[in-house]
Amino acid sequence: MSTTGDPFLKIRGLKTHFPIEKGVLVRKTVATVKAVDGIDLDLKRGEILGLVGESGCGKSTLGRTILQLIEPTEGSVHLDGRCLTDLKGAALREARKDFQMIFQDPYASLNPRMTVYDTLAEALLSHQSIPAGERSQRVAEWMNRVGLSPRFIKKYPHEFSGGQRQRIAIARALVVEPKLLVADEAVSALDVSIQAQIINLLARLSKEMNLTMIFISHDLSVVKHIADRIAVMYLGKIVELGTAEDLFDRPRHPYTQALVSAVPIPDPSKERQRQRMLLPGDPPSPMNPPSGCSFHPRCPHASEVCQQASPPWVQENDRLIACSRLDVVPRI
Amino acid sequence: MALLDVTDLKTFFHTRAGVVRAVNGVSFSVEKGETLGIVGESGSGKSVACYSLMGLIPKPPGRIESGKALFEGEDLLQMSEAQLNRIRGRRIAMIFQDPMTSLNPFLRIEDQLIEPLLLHGVTDKATARQQALEMLEKVGIPGASRRIRMYPHEFSGGMRQRVMIAMALITDPDLLIADEPTTALDVTVQAQILELIKEMQQQLNMAVIFISHDLGVVAGFCDRVNVMYSGQIVESGATDVIFAQPSHPYNQALQRSIPALQTKGEELFTIEGQPPDLTRPLNGCAFAARCTHATDACGQSAPHLERIGETHWSACLRVQHQEITLTP
Amino acid sequence: MSPSEPATPSLSVPPASGHTLQEAEKGHSLWQDAWHRLRKNRMAVLGGVFILIMGLASLIGPAMVTHGFQEQNLELRESPPSSEHWLGTDKLGRDLLARVLYGGRISLTVGLVATAVSLTIGVLYGTLAGFCGGKVDAVMMRLVDILYALPFTIFVILLMVFFGRDIRLMFLAIGAVEWLTMARIVRGQVLSLRKQEFIEACIALGLPLHRIILRHLAPNVLGPVIVYSTLTIPAVMLLEAFLSFLGLGVQEPMCSWGSLIKEGAEIMEEAPWLLIFPGSLFAMTLFSLNFLGDGLRDALDPRASKD
Repeated sequence: MSTTGDPFLKIRGLKTHFPIEKGVLVRKTVATVKAVDGIDLDLKRGEILGLVGESGCGKSTLGRTILQLIEPTEGSVHLDGRCLTDLKGAALREARKDFQMIFQDPYASLNPRMTVYDTLAEALLSHQSIPAGERSQRVAEWMNRVGLSPRFIKKYPHEFSGGQRQRIAIARALVVEPKLLVADEAVSALDVSIQAQIINLLARLSKEMNLTMIFISHDLSVVKHIADRIAVMYLGKIVELGTAEDLFDRPRHPYTQALVSAVPIPDPSKERQRQRMLLPGDPPSPMNPPSGCSFHPRCPHASEVCQQASPPWVQENDRLIACSRLDVVPRI
Repeated sequence: MALLDVTDLKTFFHTRAGVVRAVNGVSFSVEKGETLGIVGESGSGKSVACYSLMGLIPKPPGRIESGKALFEGEDLLQMSEAQLNRIRGRRIAMIFQDPMTSLNPFLRIEDQLIEPLLLHGVTDKATARQQALEMLEKVGIPGASRRIRMYPHEFSGGMRQRVMIAMALITDPDLLIADEPTTALDVTVQAQILELIKEMQQQLNMAVIFISHDLGVVAGFCDRVNVMYSGQIVESGATDVIFAQPSHPYNQALQRSIPALQTKGEELFTIEGQPPDLTRPLNGCAFAARCTHATDACGQSAPHLERIGETHWSACLRVQHQEITLTP
Repeated sequence: MSPSEPATPSLSVPPASGHTLQEAEKGHSLWQDAWHRLRKNRMAVLGGVFILIMGLASLIGPAMVTHGFQEQNLELRESPPSSEHWLGTDKLGRDLLARVLYGGRISLTVGLVATAVSLTIGVLYGTLAGFCGGKVDAVMMRLVDILYALPFTIFVILLMVFFGRDIRLMFLAIGAVEWLTMARIVRGQVLSLRKQEFIEACIALGLPLHRIILRHLAPNVLGPVIVYSTLTIPAVMLLEAFLSFLGLGVQEPMCSWGSLIKEGAEIMEEAPWLLIFPGSLFAMTLFSLNFLGDGLRDALDPRASKD
């Protein structure tokens, strides 16, 4: 995780806690949802980080917190040397052109009453002024770039398919030429064949624009394909971090092992032979996380020490694993 | 005699925008105790086909234009509501994708579990309660005796899906139709649920129709697979053969699109174009516009499923005439 | 398992040339969709047409009828419909047709103006509460709850006592009461919209607050506001009628449908036409507005739009 000089994206001790309050006049905090519970990350410029985990792990909240759409409870985020968590008001709004987001639901992320031109022109003009004569031209250029025919420039979101809407959303995020892009389940709502198109598009644009990207998904195989490194999240913390293919082929943390083993392989002979590692119970809620290592109630290798203390970071080559029991966890 | 034998099913929706040919001549059969997977993307007609069998299509604008669906010899499509009611929930059960909305939020789990038993007059209330409890334990709900009196919102997504499975299987049906039952679940929970359905299927010797868009899930679960595109079955066969020897360009392209099977660093394989507009009737093969192997002949005559191997059928004209051979 | 053919390009459409904007296809907005749906709803269209006719009639009608609405003719008082007076006359010999048309003007004006007042206050209040959320929203809504509890009639009587009987007070009084529900509706709509991802995207883009509210929130809130306004008008007209019935409404010689119904009810046995005509016209107007409002609600329902 160490790089020469300051990393392009530096996240330190990031926490996002949501208090649950009760009471009518005097509000008292009865519980805290620790959605993001202490994240440290360094990303190089142009790197694609895959962020995976199941529901309740906090990956979406982490993405939104990094982008300052949710205010962090603690911690800092530095992008290209500038501290984002210190920014407020007009300074924050001005800085936002450097970090953008693509959302999961392609329909809900576009204003249904604005045409493609309206949406993209608004984004273009949000941080620069463009003479009126040039605007349509610029919008058309971007439509081409994301694979949409400029013929459709006056159409409304509901006249497009899911994949096409997602292309519009990608164009909107990229016209401001950000440095950082967070894709929150950007392809999860699309059909498999369309997913491939959008993934290719994102990968290509990211290279062209030297974008640093955080690709959030619950689909490990998609993430493995597009990401340079993968971070696995569980209950608000990162449990394993490593290069994408390596982590997928040789997972070390017991949760990652279970996750990888649960992914169905589209190969009948392999599927029948494999031993699935079944985790008992359901993913827990971040409301009252277990003590010590939050994974210990479901972990097949848990011991006393796991219940008592938070696991330390262990480094194995390019891999970081948060586990106290790596000596007994089998290598898969 | 096959447990279920569907012949030339056609379900169209008559909408303002035109007639949507959601299911356009689908024939398949299911034997007792076997798992059939129906695979396709959205718009392929896989769900509509099975909903048509159960009489769950909204009658305007939907209409079953033609076809036969013989379930143990009786045609489901010709039955009255009353006759269908005796079969639905009793001999054919169904589980759906979204566990949040498939359970009645106002009724306790116990009441929802015993309902199929009481409705079909299988047992009396006391025995039904006992069976409900056993069923809940069988599907792996911890502390079943304590939780059976709870409401759906007190269960998590995975547990609700288990409850739905319990509800579906409590009457010991002959056929279970599972419509994307694990799509909305986390992948580790999905693994659990799939294991559960497999176990229950073996215990009850039940046939299962498993509808999914996920080829990976189908690969591990089903004996046979039907691949659907644009309202028709384009390839059908034993699971091994479907994956090892794809014999329709769509199936081949679909498998190649799966990120898991592709080398990192290269662009993912994509299928050019968009699925066809179901309101426009086509003369030839529905996939021709996007097919890399298409010729003029493909756009002229509508292809039908034909046997190309012992347990293998394909609806590709060029494969049928042995003009091309496809590889995975 | 790598593909034998070269990887197909990811763009599903070929890049276009420079002169593409002239050939741009027209889009169909959701409003156009809604308009189509509304036109198909026969009851709503009938209702709309009736309102238009009624509105026109009450606007130019009083000027076109041969008798003035105040013109008394004591010889012919309480006479049934005749060729001279198509709807008959009232207890002072005034032509009922003229009075009904004039009364329509008053009633419809009260309906429209009071609704406009409640709309303005309600939308502003509701948008602010919905968008700010948290404590601000809680306080604002508690205020609405408290005001809801105030008894309307007493409030109006108090206003009348302090400020005298001016018709303009009626607009204010009714508008001041109706805004409460409008505020609640708008707030609810804004609350649900706020969570939509396109609003998050606006914030992520760094758009200023006023632009988000005016360009993104407002047009999407408009739907329920339109529907509810159309349904508020009849409610307001009924309120006015109620006030007039109590004798707190318009004063002589001005009349509204409410006051006409009051007069008619008083001598219902001797001169039933004095009750039947204003009453049925009033009822038909209310029906029409309700059908139109229902039709608008169905037409604007986002679930019915193409997806």
